[in-house]
Amino acid sequence: MNKKQKKMLFRILLAAALMVILSLLPVKGYARFGLFMIPYLIIGYDILKKAGKGILNRQVFDENFLMAVATVGAILLGEYTEGVAVMLFYQIGELFQSYAVGKSRRNISELMDIRPDYANVERDGKLEKVDPDEVAVGDIIVVQPGEKIPIDGQITEGSTTLNTSALTGESLPREAGVGDAVISGCINMNGLIHVRTTREFGESTASKILELVENSSSRKSRSENFITKFARYYTPAVCYGALLLAFAPPVIRLCLHMSPDWADWIMRALTFLVISCPCALVISIPLSFFAGIGGASNAGILVKGSNYLETLAQTNCVVFDKTGTMTQGVFEVTGIHHNTLPEEKLLEYAACAECHSSHPISKSLQKAYGKAIDAARVSDVQEISGNGVIAKVDGHEVAAGNAKLMSRIGAEMQECHSVGTLVHVAVDGAYAGHIVISDVLKPHAKDAIKALKAANVSRAVMLTGDMRAVAEQTAQELGITEVYSELLPADKVTQVERLLSENKKGKLAFVGDGINDAPVLSRADIGIAMGALGSDAAIEAADIVLMDDDPMKIAKAIRIARKCIRIVYENIYFAIGVKVLCLILGALGIANMWLAIFADVGVMVIAVINAIRALYVKKL
Amino acid sequence: MKKTYKIDVDCANCANKMEEAAKKTAGVKDATVNFMTLKMNVEFEDGAEPKEVMQTVRKNCKKVEDDCEIYL
Repeated sequence: MNKKQKKMLFRILLAAALMVILSLLPVKGYARFGLFMIPYLIIGYDILKKAGKGILNRQVFDENFLMAVATVGAILLGEYTEGVAVMLFYQIGELFQSYAVGKSRRNISELMDIRPDYANVERDGKLEKVDPDEVAVGDIIVVQPGEKIPIDGQITEGSTTLNTSALTGESLPREAGVGDAVISGCINMNGLIHVRTTREFGESTASKILELVENSSSRKSRSENFITKFARYYTPAVCYGALLLAFAPPVIRLCLHMSPDWADWIMRALTFLVISCPCALVISIPLSFFAGIGGASNAGILVKGSNYLETLAQTNCVVFDKTGTMTQGVFEVTGIHHNTLPEEKLLEYAACAECHSSHPISKSLQKAYGKAIDAARVSDVQEISGNGVIAKVDGHEVAAGNAKLMSRIGAEMQECHSVGTLVHVAVDGAYAGHIVISDVLKPHAKDAIKALKAANVSRAVMLTGDMRAVAEQTAQELGITEVYSELLPADKVTQVERLLSENKKGKLAFVGDGINDAPVLSRADIGIAMGALGSDAAIEAADIVLMDDDPMKIAKAIRIARKCIRIVYENIYFAIGVKVLCLILGALGIANMWLAIFADVGVMVIAVINAIRALYVKKL
Repeated sequence: MKKTYKIDVDCANCANKMEEAAKKTAGVKDATVNFMTLKMNVEFEDGAEPKEVMQTVRKNCKKVEDDCEIYL
């Protein structure tokens, strides 16, 4: 608790003790009034002052005004205990609210504890701590074990294990060595590393993410706008309602020659005022969104605004990009067929023959071979553009390439049923088999589609620029029935527009890896970029950013959004429902001042506690 | 031009009132108050001097909510 809150707590305790003692004393008349003014002023002086200033500044209808009128009215009617109690409980409610908001504010900033405080710079052989803002691009910074990497860069010296959990929600540590790019916000776990910065501090990942999360609740959702509007009309409406309730029935009764019961009707009007305070709504709705966004960012899902959380919750159609989103986007050897030599030998020949090439295909061959290649074994390399390579390996003539190369050297080759890129290999002019290279699915891709279906996403569509056969096979493996292949980036936009027009009931989300999907990301109802760490364009264009490239996070994001929105609606219905009920009871004279206090403070406390639930997303 | 200021205010409704007040101030194109992070984002009109405008914004905010502060 801060100083302000402690002072308030003291005032509350003091006033409560005085009120209990005074209500037991047998004092009557003006003495009783005088005595009760002591706790009343102790607990309520600031409210009265604010209400007074509000009237002077022509800001009449706020909750201070409501409370001041209600309590002054009660005291004038001789209901001293009620008058003090209303003020007391109102202040308890305010204290609780400020404590709860402060606590969730701290909770969330702890979750997002990626802000680096300093950077180490080596000067004259000594390490010096400097403000990360002062480090220029290209400077060398030193990161010691246990420290956060302050600025994005590239390792120039040393190797280490990095903990990226604060950024990605992924608990598995990542290895990094010389030449690897590192991003700010990761924690250096065990080795000392030197990093050459590639960005300024303000442009670094950690700063960008913090800025994004902190600004996220500025984009207000429909429910929040509804509440703001609601509060604007509601408070004056209730005030006029109370006025009507205080004076209309007694006047009518007078006209009907009945006793007017002024005190009774005014008391009912005051009860009405206390019930009506809109605090529960005004505080709990933004708090729910804030907690939801905070919880999501802790799971490695950045949401750019409350409005996107709302849209995401209504998503019933998810459109994917294939390469890099559901597949890893790197090529791997997935099979070796029709080989006349042992598989390893064939792979070794192919890898050796292609060892001078930097083509992705030869890289994946080398990766599959797994051992360092002695370049001395390879000689007479001829690259035949568009065909492949012919080289001498260990004295044998090895040809590795496509079908054209095989027919060129006259080797009789075998066709393949597998989908992917084929590398045919011939040794000394005789066909030796072929190696299938294809893009592989991400480990969780299949489960991710299942999880989406379980989350009531009725339509999953895959769009890809890849060949039809490859696309269809991937879709089949994933369990997606709708797939559109051989699309150019512009075709993807057209497809998404068509799907948007078909999808009237819910919202459409597009998931891409962000590199060339920017136009589609912004065209869809909601754009989700994945694996976007360090990719500025994606962070710009998308509404939701998944920090790592695990497709399981898509369903998780939807579940988090749904939970958050559910809580928001619970609070709206609960708060308005209880208030309306109590207002009716109050007008009928059934509800007394104590029920009114529950309807105000009690409802607010319950709504705030419910709102904080949105923060807990681990099990979703 | 956009700038962000730290603010201090106790209740969410008061934050909404500050936002309204800031939006109506001359020289301010748009303003949003984020109660949860206690920040005010102000977009100034072209040619407006942020320092002077913010003084007025602060005064207007104080008018609608006595118990608030904008750290300039």
